[in-house]
Amino acid sequence: MKPTFIERGTAIASRLLGNEMMVMSVKDSTFFTLNELATVIWNAADGCTDLSEIVCQKICPAFDVDYQTAITDANRFVEELSQHGILVASGQPKNAIETVKVSA
Amino acid sequence: MTVSAHYQIGIEVGGLPILVNTKDAAFRDQLAAHYAGFISRSQPPRFHLDVELLSAPLNPGAEIAVEARNGRWNVRRADFIAECDPQAGRATIRQSAGTHSFDSALRIMHTLALASEGGFLLHAASAIRNGRAFIFSGVSGAGKTTLTRMAPADATILTDEVSYVRFRSGIFEACGTPFAGELARNGANCAAPVKTLFFLEQGPENHSGEIQPQEALRLLLRNILFFAADPELVSELFRTANEFLELVPARRLTFRPEPHVWSLIQ
Repeated sequence: MKPTFIERGTAIASRLLGNEMMVMSVKDSTFFTLNELATVIWNAADGCTDLSEIVCQKICPAFDVDYQTAITDANRFVEELSQHGILVASGQPKNAIETVKVSA
Repeated sequence: MTVSAHYQIGIEVGGLPILVNTKDAAFRDQLAAHYAGFISRSQPPRFHLDVELLSAPLNPGAEIAVEARNGRWNVRRADFIAECDPQAGRATIRQSAGTHSFDSALRIMHTLALASEGGFLLHAASAIRNGRAFIFSGVSGAGKTTLTRMAPADATILTDEVSYVRFRSGIFEACGTPFAGELARNGANCAAPVKTLFFLEQGPENHSGEIQPQEALRLLLRNILFFAADPELVSELFRTANEFLELVPARRLTFRPEPHVWSLIQ
């Protein structure tokens, strides 16, 4: 499976309430309530860590869920939020993209 | 030589005085009747608003479009075009005759002005009781007008449809508005600190219950009136909604349509 690196979008406003992240797209005012599991992925979305690594290290042990179930849900979550610019998914880590841009 | 008369009338909602200029005396009189209780002589006005009346709709069938760009606001709908330069304090509306188009444009101007000042318009009824304001938010059919009609004599109705929330001196206040719903009556032109925000739903018995902060934020954002696809203002509105809920308790008010429900509102 190809790696997926996720980063939080820039055109968003967010606020943590309890264990859930409230996220709003400031472009189209779409509002999302991220549950506890999705909030963990959101907080780990640094653009440098592969999604499968996030699932293995932060989701499976904390939520007692098997890897295949968790990665399927995580991919679906990333796909949905990417459609609204809430998350940005890439096949390369953030630092690698910056390096390519600089060298070009 | 052409001689043309100009007629003026001041309208002040939420402490925002707007001086309206029109060439049509009958339209000025229509505004005076429609905004009774909110006619103002405050000087200087925050906005000078020139109204040009048209004989036919401008953009038949057009959906509303609101742009806030380079510090200027542009609003277009089938029946009016409004442009506003908030820095200069000047605005224009080209619209079909009558107060309906004007009222829509005025509400939108207030949503834009409030968004940058830590306030908002909310799809909600509101009333003052014992010196404190109570806001009752809900979609159409939730019971805003029903609750308003059953208000006891000691309650001052601010609106049955669109509540005006502003931030002043560290507190959120609700102000009366002339933006009426089914009640078809202007609210009282006064303001008070907001004590509680209720989200309405009709049910078999009267009950006021706690609501999770996440749910309160979701419902509040859903009921705030805002039309501009402007990232900066939307971001500001999100921040304001969160600050409002940090300062004002939000509860769910389930009620049956009988006056006793007001015993829960004080």
